[in-house]
Amino acid sequence: MMKKTKILQVAAAALVTIIILVFLEKLLMPKYMTQILEGALISEYYQEKEKDHDVIFVGDCEVYESFSPITLWEKFGITSFIRGSAQQLIWHSYYLLEETLRYEKPEVVVFNVLSMKYDVPQKEAYNRMALDDMPMSITKLKAIRASMMEEEKFITYLFPILRYHSRWSELTSEDLKYWLKRERISHNGYLMRVDTKAVTTIPTKKRLPNYEFSEICYHYLDKMTALCKENDIELVLIKAPSLYPHWYDEWDEQMRAYAEENDLYYINFLDYTDEIGIDYSTDTYDGGLHLNLSGAEKMSEYFGRILTEKYNLRDHREDAELKKIWDGKIAFYNQTIEMQFSELELLGYIKAFNKKKEEG
Amino acid sequence: MVVTILTTYLITIEIGKLHTRRDIFLKENKATLSRDEKKAYREIIKAKQKKLLILCLFVDLGILAVLKYTNFAISNANAVLRLFHSQEISFMDLALPMGISFYTFQTVGYLVDVYRGKYLPEKNLGKLALFVSFFPQLIQGPISRFDDLSKTLFAEHSFDGRNVTFGLQRILWGFFKKLVIADRILVAVNTITKDPENYQGIFVFIGMLFYAVQLYADFTGGIDITIGIAQVFGIKVQENFQRPFFSKSITEYWRRWHITMGTWFRDYVFYPISISSPMLKLSKTSRTKLGEKIGKRVPVYLSSITVWFATGIWHGASWNFIVWGLMNCFVIIVSQEFEPFYSKFHNRFNLRGTYGFRLFQVMRTFLLMCSIRILDCYRDVGTSFKMFGTMFTKWRFSDVFQGALLDLGLEKSDYYVLAIGVVILVMFSLKQRSGNVWEKMENGPLLLRYAINIVLLISVITLGAYGIGYDSNQFIYNQF
Repeated sequence: MMKKTKILQVAAAALVTIIILVFLEKLLMPKYMTQILEGALISEYYQEKEKDHDVIFVGDCEVYESFSPITLWEKFGITSFIRGSAQQLIWHSYYLLEETLRYEKPEVVVFNVLSMKYDVPQKEAYNRMALDDMPMSITKLKAIRASMMEEEKFITYLFPILRYHSRWSELTSEDLKYWLKRERISHNGYLMRVDTKAVTTIPTKKRLPNYEFSEICYHYLDKMTALCKENDIELVLIKAPSLYPHWYDEWDEQMRAYAEENDLYYINFLDYTDEIGIDYSTDTYDGGLHLNLSGAEKMSEYFGRILTEKYNLRDHREDAELKKIWDGKIAFYNQTIEMQFSELELLGYIKAFNKKKEEG
Repeated sequence: MVVTILTTYLITIEIGKLHTRRDIFLKENKATLSRDEKKAYREIIKAKQKKLLILCLFVDLGILAVLKYTNFAISNANAVLRLFHSQEISFMDLALPMGISFYTFQTVGYLVDVYRGKYLPEKNLGKLALFVSFFPQLIQGPISRFDDLSKTLFAEHSFDGRNVTFGLQRILWGFFKKLVIADRILVAVNTITKDPENYQGIFVFIGMLFYAVQLYADFTGGIDITIGIAQVFGIKVQENFQRPFFSKSITEYWRRWHITMGTWFRDYVFYPISISSPMLKLSKTSRTKLGEKIGKRVPVYLSSITVWFATGIWHGASWNFIVWGLMNCFVIIVSQEFEPFYSKFHNRFNLRGTYGFRLFQVMRTFLLMCSIRILDCYRDVGTSFKMFGTMFTKWRFSDVFQGALLDLGLEKSDYYVLAIGVVILVMFSLKQRSGNVWEKMENGPLLLRYAINIVLLISVITLGAYGIGYDSNQFIYNQF
């Protein structure tokens, strides 16, 4: 009897400790709600009730800034979601895709090939943004193994409190407000920016000692190709029309050759900017690195046409249930546009993207 | 470690056999041998054992000497060679096994005890190997004795919930000290001591106090973890600290700080040297030539100097540690010499038992130890003394009150954590004076006990200075 009581006591204490730690972990983890919004992108997919999309995008900022799923819906009735994150590397993209396929089987997967240039992890922060919000699974474990920088510890991905514990002294009202529930900040993975900063100069292209993409990148690209083929999904390789970082002709040739060899569709949008109608004096918010809302909508209209024609994607706009869901998304989209424009008018900048100005 | 274990095992077995042969021979020939014959036989056996002892010491200490002190010897030789503009000797790339000083001393202790006939040698190689390599104490001690540790190390154990609970609590407490206090304050200590050009005067004083906190929390925390792990397995490891910062004199401090090292040096270095025949001869000569009063001190002081020199160099292959050891010795000798003056003073003013005077003694000892410890912190002996000097020549209080404390790598929140942490340490030590805190806790209210443990665990996880930017695996004492 005594022994039983003791076991119950210890179990109760362990349970209380675990509950406290779970709540503490949630409090200490960065929320990305009012600043560095791109950190919240990965988690948004899991909040989606209806995980059934025609198109899934994977890749870095060039995907989550260049395509608007709302436009794809409004113009073509295509349902899509962007599983993008800041400086998402190819292994992140692969594992995010592998993980997404646990929930749904899209018709088309779009991968932005800029990350082929990186063959080693770049920064812990980008790993965190890509991996922290993935639910625990074998895929996540493999993604962690593939992504970790030398100084990182595996266990800190399993128990993020071990990484973020020192944030206790930097907690802000944002952490308390979004402790248990975060808000939506993206539009099916699209991170909207309505401001404009025209292209004035572009840094000159530096010659590189070697233009060959490394084996590890091809390894993951092969895996992605195989995964899509296994699941009967069309893989589309794209290069978004960002003027910088430079996309070299040598890289482009390698991607063309790869696409041809593997019977994939590859499109470098930099070759079609006139056709798309991109004006780099009005369609970018940072001098040509990323597209703003106007640029993203133009891109989506252009790409939506390709997707519809090439892959015969169905127009779901007549589907009453889906229409109801997407009407809600459109309302939120318009509300964000309105809010960003009013902030621009009032302050001259958008709060969430101007940390320094906001901090004074 | 393998060589140390094997050599010690084989040689102690031989020494043991000689003990047995002697005992049997003397027993069998008890009636026939005269006292002189017995004595002569004992001496023959002793001489053989001594040869074996020396051989084993040569191997065990030789490994330690080569691996730990070769480059130190080379750097000193190079300093001499530079004077003569001769070609310098290249340093050697030697890997130092973790805890070599600890397991070597532990092994030597066992060897000497067997030689002295204190106990029989362990016949089971596995058991001896377990004693030498018992993993929790490899990192930073304590230096266990075979007869003490073997009682529980080799005994059969059944699950004991109380031991596990106490052990886990002790581990948690150790991590609290190590991660929340020691590794946090380390940042400020490093900022001050790695930049002696910019941090002088009052900063040296602050660094000195901070280092005392860091060293105490780090070392005692490490020992708590060691004792705790052992306790979980039902093994009793000797305590290594007894509230050292409450000591009223340096001699007392060394009885309460790193206890197992102090007693090791006392039993295996100080006593053997003191009663060695050269020392006895020296004692006789010095008494004759210098008189009884001074002459009797010569062998004691010489033994003390040897012990403190060895203690210093054991702590690290550098002159800083050697001078640190000798400084301790100097202070102890001076305080012994001043004892008659103290007695006169106390006879005159009768302050000895008062709370104020006891507090003064504790503060004095603490500051004295901190001052000597400065030698641990700076890159060389010269810088250490220079920085110590600046405490008296460049003392400017205003430096501290102009936000300089926040330039030491710690934020306000860190200072709050440290302040609370130190208060908890002091309170814990005060509670310890009247008995084992964990046992007291066991008898306290159930909810309070669980609450303390949960708070302690959560504090370690959230407030611990670990992760990227910290290297919490490094304990200060694991370099020794």
